[in-house]
Amino acid sequence: MSKILIGRYVPGNSLVYKMDPRGKLLATIFFILIIFLANNPLTYAIVTIFSFIAVAATRLRPKVFWDGVKPLVWLIFFTSLLQLFFTVGGKVYWQWTIFAVTSYGIENAIYIFIRFTVIILISTVMTVTTMPLEIADAMEWLLTPLKLIKVPVDKIALVMSIALRFVPTLFDETVKIMNAQRSRGADFNNGGLITRAKAITPLLIPLFINSLETAVDLSTAMESRGYRDDNGRTRYRILRWSKFDLLDLGYFAILIALLLIFRTH
Amino acid sequence: MSIKFKQVSYIYAPDSPLEKKGLDNVNFELQNGTFTAIIGHTGSGKSTLMQHFNALLKPSSGQIEIAGTTITPETSNKNLKQLRRHVSLVFQFPEAQLFESTVLDDIAYGPKNFGYSEKEAKQVAQVWLKKVGLPDDIADKSPFDLSGGQMRRVAIAGVLAYEPEILCLDEPAAGLDPQARKQMMNLFVDYQKAGHTVILVTHNMDDVANYADDVLVMEHGQMIKHDKPQVIFDDRSWLKQHYLDEPQASLFASKLAGFKFAKQPLTAKDLVRGIKENIKG
Repeated sequence: MSKILIGRYVPGNSLVYKMDPRGKLLATIFFILIIFLANNPLTYAIVTIFSFIAVAATRLRPKVFWDGVKPLVWLIFFTSLLQLFFTVGGKVYWQWTIFAVTSYGIENAIYIFIRFTVIILISTVMTVTTMPLEIADAMEWLLTPLKLIKVPVDKIALVMSIALRFVPTLFDETVKIMNAQRSRGADFNNGGLITRAKAITPLLIPLFINSLETAVDLSTAMESRGYRDDNGRTRYRILRWSKFDLLDLGYFAILIALLLIFRTH
Repeated sequence: MSIKFKQVSYIYAPDSPLEKKGLDNVNFELQNGTFTAIIGHTGSGKSTLMQHFNALLKPSSGQIEIAGTTITPETSNKNLKQLRRHVSLVFQFPEAQLFESTVLDDIAYGPKNFGYSEKEAKQVAQVWLKKVGLPDDIADKSPFDLSGGQMRRVAIAGVLAYEPEILCLDEPAAGLDPQARKQMMNLFVDYQKAGHTVILVTHNMDDVANYADDVLVMEHGQMIKHDKPQVIFDDRSWLKQHYLDEPQASLFASKLAGFKFAKQPLTAKDLVRGIKENIKG
């Protein structure tokens, strides 16, 4: 039953799936930075259109993206409302004690709303089209310069990959032990806080023991297959730049250019 | 009372890209007090089926009648304790479920959950410790200090201690040596003879031949056969067609040229008797 998804990866094979995870990660980070270049209606419109094109390029159902935005809807609205009522300046439309709706306020609220939404959309584009392990590889690549200051990037990356690899295993194990204890009359869903905290002991202890055993087994298996943690290791998943990445990074380069041209200086 | 499955289907992860049929329109009836074996390949739906017996999984459609409870897709997750008191599951490698600081406390955990007092629970724990063939002096040891085989027994004692009417076991003897395997299976046969229903999920056809009096065969989430072991193992071409093994005795008999058997021998005992008859006659 190890079919559960970790992260939010959704299988697919559109253009965006063929892009290199490093490119996607870079593009996402840049996007979050350059969004602050937008400062007038035209630039915000450009950013919005670019984001929606990226979303469309994944060829996934809109629901996938709505699921990404949904948990943050209240945060977005709350932040937008704060902007709406507390921004001063411009024409005042309505005022009551410290609350005021001004033309600047309305403008800022809309901008914040757009900014939040597109950031979530673009990061969702990355997380649903890139497998967690690929993201880990991309992060390792991004961190490579830190090797110069003696940061053990390889080891950090190995820890990340192993952790990600064992999320589904741990999840399966949790379900199995929960079922076994439920069969013995454990009740994880009823009772007050203390009862529930107590009910979880029969789940946590076997899980801990199991994880430790798995860790020991894994290290034995790795050592017996000759794993050494020094430099010069080859890799199984080799990341290669392709023409799709030119498209990916080119797309965002055009966005930056447009924003620089059309923003109010 | 009996166990009835009526048109039971189960779908994993419905409405997602990973949607998969676990059970497909399964119908059968098992009599109380029997020893039933469920056989089939990995991924045939045996474990999914087993988890329906005490509503760890609820059918996506259909209905199950078991131990006085009716399980439907609408059954609430609350108040299932009564059902689980009567129908209990022992999963593969049950030693993974141990958690208490002493063996006795671990066995007493189930009984306490099902309303035994502290004292009663300890008492039944002591009794079952003995019944599963463990020495008294390990009662106060940590279960994590025991050998794998002993841990397995402690885990099984922890389920038998509240004497469920229906006991479902998933490969309880996997990884045990032949001696321990035999002891373990005898424990379940004794449990059945004491008036309980035993359901065994297994790959071991010798266990089926030796102990079961009813067999369910699963394939791709469907129940493709429900009959007595003798009937199932008699049809050798059908077994072959479904890539199912035969009991050792049956295989041995088929390799004896010139021997005639009144009926296909399934167990070592049957085989010996059959050979004797052939030699005399």
